[in-house]
Amino acid sequence: MEITLNHYLAVAAMLFVIGLLGVIMRRNLLIIYMSLEMMLQAANLTFVAFSRFNNKLDGQVFVFFVITVAAAEVAVGLALIVALYRLKQTTQVQDLTTLKF
Amino acid sequence: MNALFFWLFSGGMLLCALAVILNRNAVASALCFTFTIVFMAGLFVMLNAFFLAAVQILVTAGAVMVLFLFIIMLLDITTMEHEPRQKIWMACSLLLALGFVVVVAKTLNATPEGSKSIGPLPTPGAVIVTHTGRVLPLSAMASKPVSTSEADKNDDTHRIGRLLFSTDTRIDPGTGRPLTSYVAPFEITSLLILVATIGVVVLCKQEDRPRPGRREAITHEAPPVEPETVSKH
Repeated sequence: MEITLNHYLAVAAMLFVIGLLGVIMRRNLLIIYMSLEMMLQAANLTFVAFSRFNNKLDGQVFVFFVITVAAAEVAVGLALIVALYRLKQTTQVQDLTTLKF
Repeated sequence: MNALFFWLFSGGMLLCALAVILNRNAVASALCFTFTIVFMAGLFVMLNAFFLAAVQILVTAGAVMVLFLFIIMLLDITTMEHEPRQKIWMACSLLLALGFVVVVAKTLNATPEGSKSIGPLPTPGAVIVTHTGRVLPLSAMASKPVSTSEADKNDDTHRIGRLLFSTDTRIDPGTGRPLTSYVAPFEITSLLILVATIGVVVLCKQEDRPRPGRREAITHEAPPVEPETVSKH
């Protein structure tokens, strides 16, 4: 069976949905953050698939940038989580109710 | 053969991704996420993106996941989640995910472009397509003759490097824009990393730490107050 562009796009979409489900369903901030990363990686997979099937490398250059930004984002986000943990002694989202109306 | 590897990698990736969100233990989740990334690097290799596969394993599976595991260890998250969400919440989110999958499936079905199979890689010494859509001979990108062989010139790392760093200032006659425009974004990325570094340092600086005793302050770390005021006491 020939592997087409649609196969890659479908796999990437499923990975994105799994990440989305993780963000919605889980209550641990770290797991939520990991799921966010997973959604970024799903976007990366579509970029690379499109880049290969169109024989243009610009998609791969974009993935390069996305990986860089994701790494920087992880550093800042984890620092935020640590700062939050110092303040509240928790990483569960249901305990963070300061903004709750 | 290719199909077999595709199903192997994608199936493994999706299973590991499911394990990430279903595991109740944060460390196990992080390890499953590492495997997700490794499988995705396998998919990248199948798409001839060898450089990105290596970067993916080094940066995401290596550095980012080590950071995650380090924070998990630092915060000592051994307690499981207190209670799962309500049933209605779970049902709604599953419905949302299902809707998303249906929309994507319908879109992919409706796009005839998507059913094209993988094309041959451009032959060495052939043309390259710039981001403006212009087709140029490969030698047009080189501002000066390089001593590498033609095969080297055509591997994906070399081509990405050309796209990223080529400071060719010639104007593309078709569009009137410079041939490549990724040097400036690349430099701005370094600025972003600098800002992130400074931000992390500022975030992690403790403001309200209980002041250590004066003597301790002198012996163990830089004195928080002027030296002459310390010496008065």
